[in-house]
Amino acid sequence: MKTIQFNKLYKQFNIISLILILVSLILLLFKGLNYGVDFKGGTLIEIRVDQNSSKISSIRDSFNQMNLGDVSVKSFGNKTDFIVKFEKQNSNDPEFIDNIKKKLSSSIGNVDFRRVENVGPKVSAELLKSGIIAIGLSLAAMLLYIWIRFEWQFSLGAILALFHDVILTLGLFSLFSLEINLSIVAAVLTIVGYSMNDTVVIFDRVRENLKKYSDIKIFELTNISINETLSRTIITSVTTLLALSSIYLFGGEILKGFSLAMILGVIFGTYSSIYIANPILVFLKVSQRTIVKEEKD
Amino acid sequence: MLYFSKLRVISVLIFTLFISYFAASNFFKFDDNYFSKNIKLGLDLQGGSYLLLEIDNSPVITQKLQSKLIELKRFFKEKKYVLKNFSINQNSIIFETNENDVEEVKKILDEDESEINPYFQQYKSHQFDFTEDKNIFKLTLSNYGLVLLKNSSLDQAIEIVRRRVDEVGTNEPTILKKGNDRILVELPGLDDPERIKTLLGKTANLTFQFIVQNISQESFGTEKLKFENEIGSSIDTEEAIVSKRIILSGDNLIDAKPTMDTQTNETVVTFSLDRVGAKKFGKATSSGVGKRLAIVLDGKIISAPTVREPILGGSGQISGNFTFQSATDLALLLRSGALPAPLSIIEERSVGPDLGQDSIDAGIFSLIIGFVLVVLFMIYKYKIFGLIANLALVSNLFLLVGILTIFEATLTLPGIAGIILTVGMAVDANVLIFERIKEEVKNEKNYIIAFDTGYTKSRTTILDANITTLIAAFILFFMGSGPIKGFSVTLGIGILTTLFSVYFIARLFTAFFVIKNKNKEKLI
Repeated sequence: MKTIQFNKLYKQFNIISLILILVSLILLLFKGLNYGVDFKGGTLIEIRVDQNSSKISSIRDSFNQMNLGDVSVKSFGNKTDFIVKFEKQNSNDPEFIDNIKKKLSSSIGNVDFRRVENVGPKVSAELLKSGIIAIGLSLAAMLLYIWIRFEWQFSLGAILALFHDVILTLGLFSLFSLEINLSIVAAVLTIVGYSMNDTVVIFDRVRENLKKYSDIKIFELTNISINETLSRTIITSVTTLLALSSIYLFGGEILKGFSLAMILGVIFGTYSSIYIANPILVFLKVSQRTIVKEEKD
Repeated sequence: MLYFSKLRVISVLIFTLFISYFAASNFFKFDDNYFSKNIKLGLDLQGGSYLLLEIDNSPVITQKLQSKLIELKRFFKEKKYVLKNFSINQNSIIFETNENDVEEVKKILDEDESEINPYFQQYKSHQFDFTEDKNIFKLTLSNYGLVLLKNSSLDQAIEIVRRRVDEVGTNEPTILKKGNDRILVELPGLDDPERIKTLLGKTANLTFQFIVQNISQESFGTEKLKFENEIGSSIDTEEAIVSKRIILSGDNLIDAKPTMDTQTNETVVTFSLDRVGAKKFGKATSSGVGKRLAIVLDGKIISAPTVREPILGGSGQISGNFTFQSATDLALLLRSGALPAPLSIIEERSVGPDLGQDSIDAGIFSLIIGFVLVVLFMIYKYKIFGLIANLALVSNLFLLVGILTIFEATLTLPGIAGIILTVGMAVDANVLIFERIKEEVKNEKNYIIAFDTGYTKSRTTILDANITTLIAAFILFFMGSGPIKGFSVTLGIGILTTLFSVYFIARLFTAFFVIKNKNKEKLI
């Protein structure tokens, strides 16, 4: 197979990555994330109405009359399905949802409440906290694992690649105002696992090649390693993306955000294993001595 | 790596078939009693409600402080100490003593064996902490005391919640403690959670108190209470002043049921009292003929009938414009008892059964599509070895579903996504191996040796790569809740079954194939 000169573009792609990370961070800081009810608190109702009976505007109107705070109504997959979200939740009134149902039925006719999620402010704050802890913890655990398995230069490269993937995925979610809920946290954690997986495969090869060749510079060596593992990288990305696209297209509306986050994560993860993790090794001047010294210790 | 002993082959086969049997038992009804296991469907797939209730313990704490205050008053009075200016303020009891008594009162409060610290003998810790400033004492519940108090009120509440849920009769509810002030209720298959929510939202504190005409005559103090809804419309005011003296409370009730009053043709709730209650009720109604007795539920008057004659039989009825449903609910609440403190629903997630079914359909459809795409891609890429990898993939799926069944794990929608993701990522290990073998074949003409080295050299990489995903799955399992937990379970178990299917099943077939075709040109 022809060798592709990945290393020729290290600099260019690093600059692009840096810009993208900066843009993502700015987006996260100033635009913020669009938190769903899991993290913001409030109520989400998925409703199904009779065919042809209701337009989105009339549903929006009838909800606006109920004094529920900020109401958003979006169609959800089918023509008859809608997602309604609002700030208010039923702290002390157990008949809160029932009342909404009654009012809605009287104004737009037969309505089926397919799903109700109602999260109080205390719970949403806790969920957000535990979500952040979970992501932080997984990054720390990966760092620890890779530190045990590899030399510190490798762990730094792998972790930076992980940060890159997580920040860029969240940045895109911020850019397109996609909803962040519990399943997105799960997706991010899986991305962390996948991206690490991808990086480890290339790093394993880099280390093996470092032992094998003492006269090849790390700049070349990373390129050789990337090429040697390239067909695996591509095949695994393709099969994973095939599975994820299938979830995205056919798995129903509820899994859309989840699978989209993972599709993005897999693409970023594959990219970063090549263009973030490896240049770091070059930058840190990893050589045969790096691993030989470690092994003597 | 290519050598398999006969014993090994047989045990791999038996193990795989055994687990697959469980997987299959989800889809076919087998007539046996030994292995009647099934994957449980999560609430998001079978429909149902998840409720998180939080107990507001402040009334329990206030009550505790009040009773402690009375206890203190009595105790020190007997010991002839002068304690004055008792008050309850922000979760603490405050009182003053004579300046000369400060040291001795301190000593008594501090003493482990003191009668006033009955708590110590049992728990080796004080229920109350105290501070003193000159002659002013301040008693506050200690951390340990607070925890125990909360725990006991939570235990009580959970018991009441269980009774109420059971009375409504849902199938297999899950009711669990969470922390020291929360209760998690899962009601699978429940179509309409509104009724249970209404029932759980009521404290159901029932009391009988006389309505007072002349406030000054009432030694117990009075309170102004509202009538429930428009039920008291026959009375000109919507409020009434009742005595704070509680004639009887719901604790003395032993049964309550909705019935039809044949005289008025109204739905009423009839109740019967235990012996103590019957005695109390008889005494109060004997002395209170002609007075109006307010029946108070959670601070609101349901009705206030006039006592026409002493009620001595230990039973009575509550009327109040009930529908049959509301009478049934009230009777249910009274039978199951009052909550020690009010509960509020701080999180609710309900899924209708038809959405659940839609999710299952969509999940299974996307699993099939994803599976077929991956299988075709592998055959396209690796031909015969693609077939072997696919064989491993199929057995992987069976193993995964089988193990989920054996552990009776809960399958959620994200869990199905986890299975699909496993399908996508599972081939990775075989890809790593095959790619490695391709490299080895370039330099090694003996296929058996090339395959063997391919397997050996790729092993650490495969382990490393899978452990990272396993770590992520572990963290999700411990941090996530409900549906997300289901995802982590399938993802985690998926990794283990993947490794098994790659190293035992795929390798077995690869070995057979390579040994048979070792002299062929261009094997891979």
